[in-house]
Amino acid sequence: MKMQRFINQHINQVTLLTAILIGIGLLGKVFASNTIYTLAFISASIISAVPIILRAASALRFKTISIELLVSIAVIGAFMIGEYNESAIVTFLFLFGTFLEDKTLAKTRHSIKDLTQMAPTTALVINDDGQAEETDVDFVDVGDTVLVKTGAQIPVDGKITEGSGHLNEASITGESKLVTKNVGDPVYSGTFVDNGTIKVQANKVGDDTTFGKIVELVEDAQDTKSPAEKFIDKFATYYTPAVLIIALAVGLLTTDFRLAITVLVLGCPGALVIGAPVSNVAGIGNGAKHGVLIKGGEVMNTFSNVDTVMFDKTGTLTEEKTAVTQVQSYGDQSADLAYAAAVENQSDHPLAKAIVNFARATGVSFDKMQPASSDVIKGRGISAVVNQHRVLIGNRELMKSNQIELSQTQQTDLKSMQQHGRSSVLIAIDGHVQLILGISDVVRAGVRESLQQLKKLGIKKTVMLTGDNQLTAQAVADQIGIDEVHAELLPEQKVTYVKQAQQAGHKVAFVGDGINDSPSLVTADIGIAMGSGTDVAVETSDVVLMSSSFDELIHAYGLSKKTVSNTKENIFIAIATVVMLLIGLVLGFVYMASGMFVHEASILVVIFNAMRLINYRQKKSKLDADQVKVNQYGLS
Amino acid sequence: MSKAILQLDALSCPACMTKIQSALEKQTGVATVKVLFNAAKVKADFDAEQISADQLANTVTDLGYEVKSVKTK
Repeated sequence: MKMQRFINQHINQVTLLTAILIGIGLLGKVFASNTIYTLAFISASIISAVPIILRAASALRFKTISIELLVSIAVIGAFMIGEYNESAIVTFLFLFGTFLEDKTLAKTRHSIKDLTQMAPTTALVINDDGQAEETDVDFVDVGDTVLVKTGAQIPVDGKITEGSGHLNEASITGESKLVTKNVGDPVYSGTFVDNGTIKVQANKVGDDTTFGKIVELVEDAQDTKSPAEKFIDKFATYYTPAVLIIALAVGLLTTDFRLAITVLVLGCPGALVIGAPVSNVAGIGNGAKHGVLIKGGEVMNTFSNVDTVMFDKTGTLTEEKTAVTQVQSYGDQSADLAYAAAVENQSDHPLAKAIVNFARATGVSFDKMQPASSDVIKGRGISAVVNQHRVLIGNRELMKSNQIELSQTQQTDLKSMQQHGRSSVLIAIDGHVQLILGISDVVRAGVRESLQQLKKLGIKKTVMLTGDNQLTAQAVADQIGIDEVHAELLPEQKVTYVKQAQQAGHKVAFVGDGINDSPSLVTADIGIAMGSGTDVAVETSDVVLMSSSFDELIHAYGLSKKTVSNTKENIFIAIATVVMLLIGLVLGFVYMASGMFVHEASILVVIFNAMRLINYRQKKSKLDADQVKVNQYGLS
Repeated sequence: MSKAILQLDALSCPACMTKIQSALEKQTGVATVKVLFNAAKVKADFDAEQISADQLANTVTDLGYEVKSVKTK
């Protein structure tokens, strides 16, 4: 066993030595020295055969018939009939091939390695005296406070207790744009403080952090096999012993020993065994780099066959917040808006936030105004006095109860606003309605273009399923151009729609934010969670879009298609190689060494083919100019 | 039940997986073994009273694979 480890560690030197000996042997042939030729090839054969035979033996101890066993028998056979050059070249090619496979495989696995190397190693823990002390990240406990300075990596998941900074969260979200974080904001292990100094109280450490979970997930995913892989695995366990038996039969029937050992070499199942897994490893790795977690080869396969995508509305197609999207003014717009914003600034109501944001965005200043005797009227709105003006903000009932009449125009405006699915807020100053604001959902940037792009990639139907009311749902649907809308649904009714589509023979993906949508996420063939690192989302779904962007959705879908076709290409290459070798054998072109060469070459070809997936990137959808404007001002 | 995570040097042949898997499963006190081929990691659930994580690491080393680190939970 010691010896095997020694050889394993020095396998590259063994390969190099074999190459040199083969070179010397060939020189011997050039100088017509038979002794040098024979001696060099004999020693090359022995040196390079030892590691292969050892590996074959150790696999055999665990009742596994490995490729090494086929090669070992073939080499020993060739050696016995005095074909030293053949045995030397076959073993060398096998070792050198394995060396190249290791190198190239490492490339396809690079993405996980990059990930694990991004894991934090040390932390500055603040001890009882208030001093920061450098500790190994494994020794940080939940509840500890750590100090993170500019340029340093955050070692834990937690909340900022002091300070603020610009953070680069690319390791979690795949998005390299800096985000600003202040006291109370959550921060994640593995992200970097680009600028600023913060103190963070840990609520998750080590493998429990979001980053730790992502690493674990990607590692597991790369080993979760697709149906093609499972089939090939099964096939390989019977195939390798079968080759052994076929070779034996050939040897006995034809009494051609050379032919029998050639069959052994040609029968190695190399490219076939490695072709499918290597595509998935590269594909899943590519996803992880772009903020898309795809949980395994099977998910990859199913996802590529999806033809119907169903979306939840709030938090998925639209952002959680709302915005002012229509303004009807009957007086001095900015003055009236200032009064309204001053009053609403004291409220936490979502509509109030939308109004304050809108006032800020349009440059209305209201910070110096001091609203007095402000009073919330439940279900109706709010009343207050600002600069001796009486301000009423709320719905039509609020106006009615204060004997404020709406003019004919105002009534028409209000109606049209409601028909467009907007919530309306009326603002009256000193007994007259001066402003009506329409507030609606903010559609995520680029959703319309993304839906079109999904169609181009092969999705037949897009559907919105929402618990929101019909008018609002329709308004959003009109903006983004989705095929079907079902509104006012309970979570279990969403599941029914998913099931109906499945029964009609569609493969369905459901995209949701992962908490109230989990029944649908589980029911759909592919559950896709929008989740900037929420645990539920990461665990219940098949695919996670780390920064909740539609670009990631497109990337994921395109990637799954590319990966599956890459797998098919690889299987084709592998089978074509075997067929060509067999034809060559029958026609007498192929012998042991050339057979081994073609065999190793085909393995490298499938690995290189899979490596093309590492750099796969979906072209970004162009935002149309109107929508960019809309997003800048929060108007539509 | 304890859980050990062994980080190995890169694995290159799928046969290594089967080898490590069955060798560890044969040890008394080992409940489940999962070998992550691409991540070169071994995750094992075991009974700490019957076997230690170091013994698990030694078994893997004896098979001819380098164990880079051992973590127990």
